[in-house]
Amino acid sequence: MTETIKTDVLIIGAGPCGLFAVFELGLLDVKCHLVDILDKVGGQCAELYPEKPIYDIPGIPEISGHGLVRQLMEQVRPFDPQFHLNEMVVQLDKLGDGGFRAVTDADKVFECKVVVIAAGGGSFQPKRPPMPGIEAYEGKSVFYAVRKMEDFRGKRLVIAGGGDSALDWTLNLQPIAERVTLLHRRDQFRAAPDSVKKMKALVEAGKMDLRLGQVTALEGEGGMLSGVVARPDKGEPYRIDCDTMLPFFGLTMKLGPVADWGIRLEDSLIPVDTAAFETNVPGIFAIGDINTYPGKLKLILSGFHEGALMAQKAYHYVYPDKRLVFQYTTSSTSLQKKLGVA
Amino acid sequence: MPKITFIDTADTSRTVETEIGSTVMEAALKNGVPGVEAECGGACACATCHVYVDEEWREKTGAPSPMEEDMLDFGYDVRPNSRLSCQIKVTNDLDGLVVRTPVRQA
Repeated sequence: MTETIKTDVLIIGAGPCGLFAVFELGLLDVKCHLVDILDKVGGQCAELYPEKPIYDIPGIPEISGHGLVRQLMEQVRPFDPQFHLNEMVVQLDKLGDGGFRAVTDADKVFECKVVVIAAGGGSFQPKRPPMPGIEAYEGKSVFYAVRKMEDFRGKRLVIAGGGDSALDWTLNLQPIAERVTLLHRRDQFRAAPDSVKKMKALVEAGKMDLRLGQVTALEGEGGMLSGVVARPDKGEPYRIDCDTMLPFFGLTMKLGPVADWGIRLEDSLIPVDTAAFETNVPGIFAIGDINTYPGKLKLILSGFHEGALMAQKAYHYVYPDKRLVFQYTTSSTSLQKKLGVA
Repeated sequence: MPKITFIDTADTSRTVETEIGSTVMEAALKNGVPGVEAECGGACACATCHVYVDEEWREKTGAPSPMEEDMLDFGYDVRPNSRLSCQIKVTNDLDGLVVRTPVRQA
């Protein structure tokens, strides 16, 4: 039995809104744990546009996605938030005493007073090639991630894609698979040049195959692949015999398990009130891109505002008997002590 | 204002007016043209605004940048005339541009 982590607030999503919520809650002595499916903090700012400039953060004329995340991490440091990256909350249940119990896909268990869903566009998940009928093969002979390398020993693999995931798994699985074929649209790769060099050396030595083209169809029966059909830019489609395919076509955002938690949804968004950004389930809040209300704008600054108001109400779930006096960081010595500046 | 025509896989054609300096993706979204999703909002960070540029216009729209080519790796049924519509800036030269939307976005 795994140990249960007890915390005041569990924040789902460590993007800009989740991070700033740590700050607003921290000022009120509310402690946070954050879970994020990515291997890094920052959400879309880190995954989609780390180098792109953002021009609409109040008081900051221009900052990159990566820069904003770095600054937010600096801002929340005094509150010592605990991050659980590469994990997804898969189950959320109400406890008898008014709190919640959350379980991640790594079997980590949290007990908390409040849940803040700051999951943006949803969880980043591997993109499925939109091929008709692929569902039948998923989990049987088509896999979007490698959990255990041993599962692929002795297999005839087709690895599709040209980024680091595709190249890394090509190099890692080549020694144990019967045969690896790397299938990519063009003879240029996004992956690290060193990996590309190693892959090309293996091709040169006849130890694996590199084919150019895009998968157009899967062939097999009962979920077990017997081959894939690929089409090159020019020329006729061809077939590659294989028993397993690993497509690596990047990440996309999917709402994911949030839909199963008994929270009311509207078009894959979570309706909230605009006084506290609370969902229809008392104690579960939703801030940032994932919520909706009349006049909602998907702006980072709106998410910050939502986090500040959410914290005022969340406080009362954590400290039901205490009165909350509103204070400014500019003038309150007690807030400044929490920030480590007084 | 330059006009852009979007043709879907059922050969339905939609012509919209657009502004110089905006992108073909923005023209599609502003006018509710189906078949262009633009999940990332135009950051060249996904491949869901994929279109096929009509052969006659390929020279004027030019070739994808290396970053755009990288993103096209994530597209579905990518062809030599494939572009990400968020990366095609509208100019006077593109007045009358014709693009086709794919059977599905990746």
